[in-house]
Amino acid sequence: MQNDVILSMRKISKAFPGVQALQDVDFTLRKGEIHALMGENGAGKSTLIKVLTGVYEKDAGRIDLAGVREDIVIKSPQEAQELGISTVYQEITLCPNLTVAENMYIGREKDTLVHWKQMVRQSGGILENLGIPARPKQQLASCSLAVQQMVAIARAIDMDCKVLILDEPTSSLDEKEVAMIFDLMRDLKARGVGILFVTHFLEQVYKVSDRITVLRNGELVGEYKTEDLPQVELVARMIGKKLDDLSVIHRKEISYDNGGTTAYEAADLSSDACPNPFSFRISKGEVNGFTGLLGSGRSECVRAIFGADKVSSGKVAVQGKPARIHKPKDAMKNGIGYLPEDRKVDGIIDDLSVRENIILALQVMRGFFKPYSRAEAEAFADEYIKALDIKTASADTPLKSLSGGNQQKVILARWLLTHPQYLILDEPTRGIDIGTKVEIQKLVLKLAQEGVSITFISSEIEEMLRTCSRLIVMRDRNIVGELRGSEITQDNVMQTIAKGAE
Amino acid sequence: MNTNRQIPGALGRRREPLTDTQLLLTITICIFIAMYILAMLVWGGGFLRPQQLFDMFNNNASLIIISCGLTIVMVAGGIDISVGGITALVVMSCVVHLDNFGGSIFTSVLLALGIGLAFGLVQGYLIAYLKIQPFIVTLAGMFFARGMTTVVSVEPHSAKHAGFLALKALRIEIPWLGYTAKNGNIIPGRLEIGVVIALAVVLLVFILLKWTKLGRNLYAVGGNPQSALMLGINVKRSRFYSYLISGLLAGIGGFVFLTHTGAGNATNATGAEMNAIASSIIGGTLLTGGVGNVIGTLFGVLTLTTIKSIVLASGLRDPWWQSITTGAMLCLFILLQSVVLAGRRKGRTRVRTAVPKRFRLQRKT
Repeated sequence: MQNDVILSMRKISKAFPGVQALQDVDFTLRKGEIHALMGENGAGKSTLIKVLTGVYEKDAGRIDLAGVREDIVIKSPQEAQELGISTVYQEITLCPNLTVAENMYIGREKDTLVHWKQMVRQSGGILENLGIPARPKQQLASCSLAVQQMVAIARAIDMDCKVLILDEPTSSLDEKEVAMIFDLMRDLKARGVGILFVTHFLEQVYKVSDRITVLRNGELVGEYKTEDLPQVELVARMIGKKLDDLSVIHRKEISYDNGGTTAYEAADLSSDACPNPFSFRISKGEVNGFTGLLGSGRSECVRAIFGADKVSSGKVAVQGKPARIHKPKDAMKNGIGYLPEDRKVDGIIDDLSVRENIILALQVMRGFFKPYSRAEAEAFADEYIKALDIKTASADTPLKSLSGGNQQKVILARWLLTHPQYLILDEPTRGIDIGTKVEIQKLVLKLAQEGVSITFISSEIEEMLRTCSRLIVMRDRNIVGELRGSEITQDNVMQTIAKGAE
Repeated sequence: MNTNRQIPGALGRRREPLTDTQLLLTITICIFIAMYILAMLVWGGGFLRPQQLFDMFNNNASLIIISCGLTIVMVAGGIDISVGGITALVVMSCVVHLDNFGGSIFTSVLLALGIGLAFGLVQGYLIAYLKIQPFIVTLAGMFFARGMTTVVSVEPHSAKHAGFLALKALRIEIPWLGYTAKNGNIIPGRLEIGVVIALAVVLLVFILLKWTKLGRNLYAVGGNPQSALMLGINVKRSRFYSYLISGLLAGIGGFVFLTHTGAGNATNATGAEMNAIASSIIGGTLLTGGVGNVIGTLFGVLTLTTIKSIVLASGLRDPWWQSITTGAMLCLFILLQSVVLAGRRKGRTRVRTAVPKRFRLQRKT
């Protein structure tokens, strides 16, 4: 058994100014295994990976690599690659303007000249061997994200790697694509590659991994065989407490057909990004959800409701009165709030302070020529920093120095401050640790009780099952079904999506 | 995104769709040919003679060379607006060197290369290693070079060096592409020495961009610098080389300019950098980097010149008409490029859903 170990990290410690990021962490990777590294945000997963790939230098500890007996020091990602440690990141770090073959070989040829024919032939062989559906001469931009990710993996494999680190490779892929990546991972495993797999999705861990190492607050919690560790236990180890919270949440069954008053109604609404007209209705205090695979058009639908894309047709009524919503400001004036899917692009303004980010939407509604006084703004910000328990040094801290979960809370605060009647939350929990996820879910239900209508979108179907009383199921940019109350189960959702194919 | 899920072995012989670079190149070449044929049909006369085409090369040899440099810089995602200034400085320095300091052709070529390299070296270092905005650095370079030109000589200066004048008068004659003059003499097609240098530069730059590691690294850096770094490319060094080569080519371009005009003047090559940028863009190089081709740039220069010739031929002799038409055409080209590229991106994700359901291919079950 010991002979199978290809990588062992012992007593690794790493400190940053003010934070002990890693404290005596052990990690062992064996030949031909998929080893999941789990932990909440800030648990030290990325730090551990960065130590291993030479981005950071470790303060203490020892790394041994099979074949290279002695205590090795890795100084740069290049050096790590030469030792056989390759990394595939969440964001695809390839060049979209080059061909697939080039992307596999660029940056590591020794020769000054490029041997196109040889490169195309070799990469073609590797792609075929691994069953990756891409052609060597194809421009990378014309491949789907999943295929691009697979090309990145193929590149890593070809560099003769013994240790493959996959840092959240699946976070922007839909289920079918994730399955493709998993097939590839299992294939590599059979070839004896040790894979370190980092992900936020618990289900994925149980689908592919053999072992799980859990970190918490920079310390090792333990290493387990996957089959010996039930999901609930894993979650408990990750957040360090029993998760009673999760079961406490009960959704309230309100729906427009059992007595609610209509808060928002759209008939045959369509926009540039959402070309198929859809009709939609939500009542006061209802939590509904749009579900479907990634790319099924769920975000495009809610963006049309908010007027975020150019609205091309449809009638809209808010609180029973006809309204004209053609741009986000119209929607805001009608009491609609929208927490966007892509926090980094559409949500945060990272150089502005927490306070400025919070009052932004309210300020827009009031108009920029009537600014809130400093005292008013501070009062607003402090209220919500407290209410949502936003962890920030002060209200003046630039938003970019907050963690992802806290940034999300700031955006949420921004919309809550406008006191919306209808709040749309598009992936509010993406990339956020479990503790904060539960807080946000609870908040959603609390708001609904106070009479706010909420549309909730999430890639994690369990989350929607817990919070939504009505699910609208989408497929290929069409609404294919609607589930209510007790009909809402994972099976039903899957079946509705599958049936929608006919 | 589903269109790519095919088994690679099954489509070994299928032609790949064009890459963005190839697509834009094709568009440029087609437009140039169409425009030239149009000119031949409508205005005839000079356009029917091969010499017209040769003169386009003769008059623009230096522009072709400095445009090649700009293409390299733009592919790597940068910009270099100092090339016109460098050209002027080289022209003036060489001519003064030849006449007043008893220089030879050889030393003046060395001087030209040296000035170009010096600019490229300094600008490349500032941009790549000290991370200063390329626009600012090369703007400073442009002012500096223009200023130095007048320091070298305020007065216009015509070359009197005998050897150089012989070089300037040298023509490559192509008898079978000549025409018969009114008095019955056959006048052969004539190409200047600069054209040979320009074509050699185009070829070398083509090889550099297509077949060398540095060339491909430049595309990667222009496409996504962050990724390029992760892929193990030395991004700083690649950027540095792009400016170095651009400076060097501006030096060569300056010498070629001198062999064409034979005189140094502080206003030489005014606006050459803008013409070079325009040519690169017309030739399918994207200002955003990562896409471009030097053959396209060659055709870009020719297209730009053809437009100007057509404006002249159609009787609009005032100089501003050329600028106005060039501006309009450049606008049109960029619009066309972005429409075509946007169409491609859109086609990939939307075409499938845009087809009404009943027209879609039924899957057999």
